[in-house]
Amino acid sequence: MRAERSGGWFTPRTFPVLVGYAAAAAALFSAPLYISDFRLNLLAKFLAFAIVAVGLDMIWGYTGILSLGHGVFFGLGAYAMAMYLKLEASGGRLPDFMDWSGITALPWFWKPFGSFGFAVIMGIAIPALLALVLGYFTFRNRIRGVYFTILTQALVIITVTLITGQQAYTGGTNGVTGYSKLLGYSLSSPETKTALYMITAAALLITLIVCRLIVKSRFGKVLRAIRDGENRVRFIGYNPALYQMVVFAVSAGFAGLAGMLFVLHVGIISPSMMSIVPSIEMVLWVAIGGRGTLFGAALGAVLLNWAKSAFSESYPDAWLFFMGALFVIVVVFLPKGVVGLLQLLFRRRKSKDGHGRREAVYPAEKEGAGA
Amino acid sequence: MDVFMLQLFNGVSVSSILLLIALGLAITFGLMNVINMAHGELIMIGAYAAYVTQNLFRNYAPASVFDSYFIAAIPVSFLVAFLFGLLLETVLIRFMYGRPLDSLLATWGVGLVLQQLARSIFGAPNVGVTSPKWLDGGMTVASGVVLPYKRLFIIGLVIVCLLAMYVYIYRSNAGRRMRAVMQNREMAACLGISTRRVDAVTFAIGSGIAGIAGCALTLLGPIGPSIGTYYIVDAFMVVVLGGVGKLVGTVFGALGIGLTNTLFEFWTTASLGKVLVFLCIVAFLQWRPKGFVAMRTRSLD
Repeated sequence: MRAERSGGWFTPRTFPVLVGYAAAAAALFSAPLYISDFRLNLLAKFLAFAIVAVGLDMIWGYTGILSLGHGVFFGLGAYAMAMYLKLEASGGRLPDFMDWSGITALPWFWKPFGSFGFAVIMGIAIPALLALVLGYFTFRNRIRGVYFTILTQALVIITVTLITGQQAYTGGTNGVTGYSKLLGYSLSSPETKTALYMITAAALLITLIVCRLIVKSRFGKVLRAIRDGENRVRFIGYNPALYQMVVFAVSAGFAGLAGMLFVLHVGIISPSMMSIVPSIEMVLWVAIGGRGTLFGAALGAVLLNWAKSAFSESYPDAWLFFMGALFVIVVVFLPKGVVGLLQLLFRRRKSKDGHGRREAVYPAEKEGAGA
Repeated sequence: MDVFMLQLFNGVSVSSILLLIALGLAITFGLMNVINMAHGELIMIGAYAAYVTQNLFRNYAPASVFDSYFIAAIPVSFLVAFLFGLLLETVLIRFMYGRPLDSLLATWGVGLVLQQLARSIFGAPNVGVTSPKWLDGGMTVASGVVLPYKRLFIIGLVIVCLLAMYVYIYRSNAGRRMRAVMQNREMAACLGISTRRVDAVTFAIGSGIAGIAGCALTLLGPIGPSIGTYYIVDAFMVVVLGGVGKLVGTVFGALGIGLTNTLFEFWTTASLGKVLVFLCIVAFLQWRPKGFVAMRTRSLD
């Protein structure tokens, strides 16, 4: 499970990357010093999104599987945290929306979420397990490519209808909101907000490092091989389904983690935050940043959300035009996103491991639905 | 017995709408391998075309012929969506052949733009279309069992569309060319078929049928900029369940999803029904991963 044969962590080639990471990390962790509380909270939200994007890039950019269902995993993580926060806020009594719906006792599946540790573990485990189960039933039968993408989209629809329909247990369309405390600390105080920002930045950094370790390992090489020619990998003797399932579950787990952090910053989770549109927006983050580059995915998430908040403040209507146009432009003209564009501008020497070769990057998609 | 009849009719009715929406997809997705996420917006275009036709009739035609506007709206919807599809194919889709997932993202973007465009032109609130008088009421089959004419009309419309598609794809020269291109593009090109033209026309026909679907949807309720998004995923599921490449598969998929959906919703609640249908689809795909009818192919990957 060591890095690529051509080098370890500290080689002349990885040095600029490491410096870049260090600079980005330094800028992130010192952010509370120079931006306002409002902007900091916003940035914290974007960093949570960046965690989803990095996870999504692992399966889309590196394994060639497009999931449009990451909103669900994100949302499940968010709901797990929201349930804990809600119970904490209501202080032993029934959450208010259950009262309104005429429920008298706390449902059994809400009870364990009173414990913070349980909620955190479930926020990652539930999305990962769901992904594992869905992955088992799809990848095992070689349902892939477009078919898989559509199935994940259906997963989004049914999860959203389920949550909206079970008003009494989930808060329905309104979602779960009205939190006050996290482990005894007030959620609205600036100190807590700064601490939460720091935690999110650290979580993003850890996500980036873990994902980098994964894609640089032998496991990651198999993932790329699956992307470029699944059947050939199968002929060599690997079981691609296993790899796909694992990477899908890992990616879903990261989305769950991001969802938990998101709830802490935003203070609400509702079905509309996990439905089709947000799920597809997540893919756009990866596409615009550059799929197949973890850092690019994170960058794309932050950049695009920053643009969205800046843009929709002044021209709320035009945002959809802008986003629609971005989709088209990126897909047609910039298949490697912003990072690809930067690489093109700086004319970086193409390395021999195939990273720089554009024509060899996504042949797996050519198989299409009929394959 | 009455309940059973009514449920069956509801199921067939839902299936017919799904089928009408999925027919266009079956062409663009099933045959051309392009995931057109803007299909829902083409439906919307068809619906708004019907709305505009209605307004034109109301404002410029004598009141006595107003009720016949719907007959005119169907070809108008088809034509408008057809031209839109042609434009979309020429400007964008032709760069996307062989990259289905990319086509999904790009057309999603197109869909967003079209939705916002509709919002700018017609306003964000839904607009109502007055359905013609001769479609009001229903046919009484037994006491308590009334089949609305609107639903019957849609079922009839779907059957007509299906037959027309069958004749076009399997019995006409243009359809023969189309199937040739889908099966083996290079060979078809060698034999002198203009694959570019076939691609463009095929995509446009798929879009046109989406337009007809939009026109039919105006009978069922008010229409708004996001009308297409309600149906698009279901329609994709129909194509996935039915299998790619054959009309029979699409019919099967639509009937399967429509009937099971009404059945489960009758037994449980609407939200649980959707979950059960999804589980059934996943279970079915375990048995036949390529859908009910899979096109035989010898292509390697």
